[in-house]
Amino acid sequence: MSELLLEVKNLKVHFDTENGTVTAVDDVSFSVKQGETVGVVGESGCGKSVTAESILRLLNEKHTHYEGNILFEEKDILKFSYSELQKLRGNDISMIFQDPMSSLNPVYTVGNQIVEALLLHQNLTKKEAEVKAVEMLKLTGIPLPEKRVNEYPHELSGGMRQRVMIAMALSCKPKLLIADEPTTALDVTTQSQILDLINELKDEFNMGTIMITHDLGVVAEVCTKVVVMYLGQVIEEASVESIFSSPLHPYTQGLLKSIPHIEGPRDEKLYVIEGKVPTLTQIPKGCRFAPRCEFATELCRDKMPQLESYENDLKVRCWHFKDIQEKRGGLNGIRNESQTVNS
Amino acid sequence: MQNVMTEEQLNVLKSDMKKKHRNLLVKRFLSNKLALSGSIIMIVIILLAIIAPFFTSFTPYELDAMKRLKAPGGEHFFGTDNYGRDLFSRVVHGARVSLMIGFAVAIITSILGMIIGLYSAYFKKLDGVLMRISDGLMAFPAILLAIAIMASLGPRLENVIIALTIVFTPSVARTVRSAVLVVKEQTYVEALRAQGASSSRIIWLNIAPNVLSPLIVQATFIFADSIIIEAALSFLGAGIPAPDPSWGNLLYDGKTVIFNAWWMTLFPGIAIMLTVFGLNLFGDGLRDLLDPHNNKAKK
Amino acid sequence: MKGYILKRLLSLIPVLLVVAVVVFLLMHITPGDPAAVILGPEASPEEVAELREELGLNKPPIEQFISWFGNVLQGDFGTSIFMKQPVSQAFFEHLGPTLSLAIMAQVLAIVVAIPLGVLAAKFRGSILDQTFMGISLLGISVPSFLLGLFLILLIGVELKWLPVAGYKPIDAGLVNHIKYLILPAIALGSMQAALIARMTRSSMLDVLNANYIKTARSKGVKETIIVIKHTLRNAFIPILTIIGQTFGTLVAGAAVVETVFNIPGIGQLIINSVERRDFAVIQGSVMLIAVSYVLINLVIDLLYGVIDPRVRLGRK
Repeated sequence: MSELLLEVKNLKVHFDTENGTVTAVDDVSFSVKQGETVGVVGESGCGKSVTAESILRLLNEKHTHYEGNILFEEKDILKFSYSELQKLRGNDISMIFQDPMSSLNPVYTVGNQIVEALLLHQNLTKKEAEVKAVEMLKLTGIPLPEKRVNEYPHELSGGMRQRVMIAMALSCKPKLLIADEPTTALDVTTQSQILDLINELKDEFNMGTIMITHDLGVVAEVCTKVVVMYLGQVIEEASVESIFSSPLHPYTQGLLKSIPHIEGPRDEKLYVIEGKVPTLTQIPKGCRFAPRCEFATELCRDKMPQLESYENDLKVRCWHFKDIQEKRGGLNGIRNESQTVNS
Repeated sequence: MQNVMTEEQLNVLKSDMKKKHRNLLVKRFLSNKLALSGSIIMIVIILLAIIAPFFTSFTPYELDAMKRLKAPGGEHFFGTDNYGRDLFSRVVHGARVSLMIGFAVAIITSILGMIIGLYSAYFKKLDGVLMRISDGLMAFPAILLAIAIMASLGPRLENVIIALTIVFTPSVARTVRSAVLVVKEQTYVEALRAQGASSSRIIWLNIAPNVLSPLIVQATFIFADSIIIEAALSFLGAGIPAPDPSWGNLLYDGKTVIFNAWWMTLFPGIAIMLTVFGLNLFGDGLRDLLDPHNNKAKK
Repeated sequence: MKGYILKRLLSLIPVLLVVAVVVFLLMHITPGDPAAVILGPEASPEEVAELREELGLNKPPIEQFISWFGNVLQGDFGTSIFMKQPVSQAFFEHLGPTLSLAIMAQVLAIVVAIPLGVLAAKFRGSILDQTFMGISLLGISVPSFLLGLFLILLIGVELKWLPVAGYKPIDAGLVNHIKYLILPAIALGSMQAALIARMTRSSMLDVLNANYIKTARSKGVKETIIVIKHTLRNAFIPILTIIGQTFGTLVAGAAVVETVFNIPGIGQLIINSVERRDFAVIQGSVMLIAVSYVLINLVIDLLYGVIDPRVRLGRK
């Protein structure tokens, strides 16, 4: 059994806004082990990026209040001093962001930006760091790294820039990598290359990885465990196999049904989850998904369900998940249904 | 059929919505400290300029050789100047001159700038010529161009307005033009054109209202700048001719006796400062209010 | 880069042409006969006729413009009727004090404003920020000549710390030179400082929200380094633009401040010429200032490339 690396426990993140306090992340818990890739999935605005950024405490703390714990190797990051935090960032935990076009500083060469990270955390001379930067670029599969190292971000394509970001993030051999939608801004072929690269390097470095995404395809490709979020809460947690074979929460089921099938007939209308995601200022009283849920009852609208453990490692936040499964014809209901669509 | 509203109901609804929108604007205006304090300062100054002359028995021109350079106090709130004229009365009348010039320039440049900017953005050929001219005019520092024009036209109140209009119209035209260029590309304008609406109709009925916000904000700043430049011109002897009480003239008189009569510099100076500060506050606040982009940035 | 410079230079031609036309028209918008205006009411008709001939006022306007502009292109701005010397000579004799004053005000403004703007942005919404921004709004509201008068009242009349009038060239010793320029430079530079501080603040705020700042933070870069290395350099282009755009205003403002402090610079030259109706001097000085203003902005444009590699390489 590999070691527990990160444990997020009952995390709440509150923001001060003009219209009062808003809770963007509400009681989120999950853990990451060494070498494990955990997917955090949800629609935009569900709090997944806020969760990710809380781990490195990148949110503007003047307007942000945390509750709960974020334990990294058993030390609580939320209690870190500013200098402890700096030692952690980029060294033990690194992050890759969504938009490689804007994540690199336009006025410095990519080499300069990688070297900066190296000099901060490792005892290297500038010369050694420069050599290391070229090595890292080579590792991420950038052709002609000796030349690229002296180029500016705007001279590189989006995919190249994301590789640079990865090289930079991994330059100090972090124990945990947080990838916040790393492929969203890239075109499809580049997407899978970047995912493969993250996967490969994860094994090589034996890192834990948190993959923030709204794309279940990405989850299927790289994750071992999945955490599904809705409106700031975890609504389901499961292994990647069971999420795809037998999703428990109606929301997860909806997400799966709305994936387009490449082989399926084209005239089939794509499934859409009815309704809109409510904003954080108008959170429903009971189950947060109730207004959009076809199975919702009085109970759902009245009382919020808790995240319950079910069978081995599964967790779900729904009053009726057992009934729903029965209605759907057992645990494999969804899977069977989607296969019929396929054939 | 039950959903169809009568014309009357529709109008009621429309005016309701307008009222709501207006109420919202008023509410936001009141909660915008900049705009609010700016407008309070301006209202006080304007009221003083209008009613204050009725509270003093002295005219701004009345000479009294016996009462030269009297310090503030007694019947002369602000003291007297080197000709024995009542400084309070002169400062208040100066406010009338300054506000009149600033207001006139703001209005005239807005109208001219709007016309030039609208047509320039709409007709490509015209654009090239007009924008080169405005580039050329904007290559002169404002105050220098104003001095040069005044040197040719001669010191007179109307000429000050003409000079400032020449100086400020190009920048208004530019603002309007760039606002129009954005609006012009929007789908509804395309749609109107496709329906065969005439250019003039599109320009005045559909595009012009959209450039009003930046125009009003800029007019406020031009108001302020005009007051500054008029004061500078008069101070240099190229603005309002001498016996008339413009703030610049008061400062010019004050400078000759600055070592003996501080009040002659201080009071007109504070008057200019407060007025311009009020206008700048108001303009800044207005920009926050009217520009949605700015609001977002404020979050 | 060469191509880019050439293109920018070519784009200046229409602007400078318009500048020339405007300057030429200055003498011709005067009500009545310019020659009579120049000579004043006591002049005899013969004298007026003679001057008309001398100024070429009897020729058609287009012809006048072409010959005037031809001379200007050769650096001949005409002759001052009162000083009996070429305009360009008079201009450059008076340039020293003005330039000295403008540069000192600019340096003062930059040195004060950029750190204040950076701090205000960094501590956005704090008392510090609000105080700085309040002061800067006040700074924009006090015209330089007025601040000059206030400074004379306070420092010159009440406290008597510094000289309030006159000018000492650098030959009289640097300390002396600066001592006489401190008050005028503060008067002139304060509005400039307010503008630069506000621009620095808003530009810094834009950049501080950029994604690459988050990246830098996620690498563990210290907050001070983030502000200085990662933010300020990116925020510098708008700051530089405002500095360039307002330098012309600064020179023109210097002309007014000179009058307040009795400094024998371009300002005094122009104001005296306005009183004497010495059109050639006004035209020449205004033309020279406008041209240098245009050229300064060109230099600023080219400086962008030094700061931002995207500009440098994108226009290769």
